[in-house]
Amino acid sequence: MKATCWHGAHDVRVENVPDPKILNPRDAIVKITSTAICGSDLHLYDGYIPTMADGDILGHEFMGEIVELGSGVKNLKIGDRVVVPFPIACGNCYFCAKEEYSLCENSNPNAWMAEKMWGHSPSGIFGYSHLVGGYAGGQAEYARVPFADVGPIKIENSGLSDEQVLFLSDIFPTGYMAAENCDIKPDDTVAVWGCGPVGQFAIKSAFMLGAGRVIAIDRFPERLRMAREQVGAETLNYEEFDVLDSLKEMTGGRGPDACIDAVGMEAHSHGMMGTYDKVKQAMRLQSDRPPVLREAIMACRNGGTVSVPGVYGGFIDKMPFGSFMNRSLTIKTGQTHVQRYLRPLLDRIENGEIDPSFVITHRMRLDDAAHGYDIFKNKEENCIKVVMHP
Amino acid sequence: MQAARPSTAPANQRSQTMRADVLPPPRRKTDTALPLARGLGWFSIGLGLAELVAPRQLARFIGVTDNTTLIQAMGVREIAAGIGILTQRRPTAWVWARVGGDALDLSLLAAAARQPGSDNTRIAVAAAAVAGVTALDLACSQQLARANWASADSENEGRINVQKTMAVNRPAQELYAYWHNFENLPNFMKHLKSVTTTDARTSHWVAKGPAGSSVEWDAEVTEDRPNELIAWRSTNGDVENSGVVRFVPEPAGRGTIVRVEMKYTPPAGVVGAMVAKLFGEEPEQQVQEDLRRFKRFMETGEIPTIEGQPAGPRGSLYKLLKKGDPA
Repeated sequence: MKATCWHGAHDVRVENVPDPKILNPRDAIVKITSTAICGSDLHLYDGYIPTMADGDILGHEFMGEIVELGSGVKNLKIGDRVVVPFPIACGNCYFCAKEEYSLCENSNPNAWMAEKMWGHSPSGIFGYSHLVGGYAGGQAEYARVPFADVGPIKIENSGLSDEQVLFLSDIFPTGYMAAENCDIKPDDTVAVWGCGPVGQFAIKSAFMLGAGRVIAIDRFPERLRMAREQVGAETLNYEEFDVLDSLKEMTGGRGPDACIDAVGMEAHSHGMMGTYDKVKQAMRLQSDRPPVLREAIMACRNGGTVSVPGVYGGFIDKMPFGSFMNRSLTIKTGQTHVQRYLRPLLDRIENGEIDPSFVITHRMRLDDAAHGYDIFKNKEENCIKVVMHP
Repeated sequence: MQAARPSTAPANQRSQTMRADVLPPPRRKTDTALPLARGLGWFSIGLGLAELVAPRQLARFIGVTDNTTLIQAMGVREIAAGIGILTQRRPTAWVWARVGGDALDLSLLAAAARQPGSDNTRIAVAAAAVAGVTALDLACSQQLARANWASADSENEGRINVQKTMAVNRPAQELYAYWHNFENLPNFMKHLKSVTTTDARTSHWVAKGPAGSSVEWDAEVTEDRPNELIAWRSTNGDVENSGVVRFVPEPAGRGTIVRVEMKYTPPAGVVGAMVAKLFGEEPEQQVQEDLRRFKRFMETGEIPTIEGQPAGPRGSLYKLLKKGDPA
């Protein structure tokens, strides 16, 4: 089959590889009909997530048709149309029992590796480095889905297109959990850094959960426009306005009730600190660049919540922890417990509250994955979201 | 409500005492020599770099005639020892390597002093400095060696003690029952080839040895408390070993804590184990991974894997990444 393989920073190739096989009783093989490139794939593309290896198959946002089932999967049939959540979860462990699926204790075969780097291991994730399992991903024609009796959600409504339900695999639930983590009270003001796809869904979800205002921060006009026109945010271009000062002015000096960092470890920034972070990351003296996280902490109102759906991999420095401690802030984060949100968010799509396909700007064949990565990374052709079809 | 209390309190207390009795005490940091070893490791790397990068200046500084290649070779040796010390959890052998290196340095300095054109005052100062470091190296390696012995069985020198726990989200009865059928053990203990039950209390074990060989022994159950504990010891064979596995129920919803304690004498004694450790074979990590597979199998019915999945062409780095895998 064809698959998108990682071969080092800025080097992905669509190659012919063997077809996946059932390896365990609870596995399924999915023939992929739609697959997407995620903003977090760009951290792999740029080479900032450790333990990627030559030849790893990328991709964790995919859906398709069940073509093969292990003997242990009883709730699915050959031919079922499913969306596959990006974290792999067993459904039996302590954390799965609490619906904290991305903390599954059993799905990461390389738990020892994550334990060395992070103290404890989270769940396995498709196509996202050997630290989280080294599972072959879904930017391919076929994928093996472990614990298929727990993860995939069956899409029975044939009136829904792939594009409407594909993002249940990651970015819609990720934006939604980011908003849910803000503990939004009616008419709260929420600030969202980053108007990529996760940022867009975080904005939309914050309104769904009762926010009165959402202020969206980015520098790319097309992304700010999408935030204004598609999901109703007020927007702030940080190249034109001082973010801390503007957020204070917009909230009577108090600051937003909650702040969402939908950017993560490769945040871009200006000035001395921007250069400092870039140099330190390039020299591998810090693994992640944290200007957005710093700014979100400084901006948040006293006693407010900073919610972090953006991905971080290792270590950061110059964290304003004094601000965080003295002002009683709460931080909430985590890889998304996607399985928990599939049904309720599918309901919201079915009853017309949201059509997630609004974020898609580019559609292409799987063979053009390298081009997709390139324009998405470099924000060329106003690229916001790439969907590929094998 | 009032009446219910007296009956629940003793039950709570009982489970509390049981957990405290059976869970291992926190591990004390016994290796007081480690910080010193780390310091020596960095010293090695610093000195090694100086020798490698600026051999000529260094030669002048310590007063010997210029021998660039020799000094650079010494630099490589220093760096190797430094890396060895800093990367190993028990760097004893590498600190001993430093002691050997010190002796070599001293003899080279003595040889240099006899050569014409050497500055003997400077050489004497350098020799005094090396002697000082040698004393530190000696003290450190002896402390480390003592720490190694202490973590082996104090009464039976040469035995290795391993202790690991793992929380498993299944009832104790179920875990005990699976473990009690010893023929199941190779399903999750990667180094076992087979276990054959010979009668109610005895069994024959075959494990993977080095280079495709196998090691075998007979074992007997020494204590068997249903749903609580199984203890065993070897009666004869290649590897003398004994151990106990306990199944300790946790409060509601938290499953069972499985605790394994094992003692064994590796085939080549303590030296064999030290050599094994030097090359990354950590018995503790092995037991941890065995327990993890047990947990995963008991909770999910399978052991997650990526062996056999597709990938693009692999480079040489992939082998390096897999090398650290204790499983």
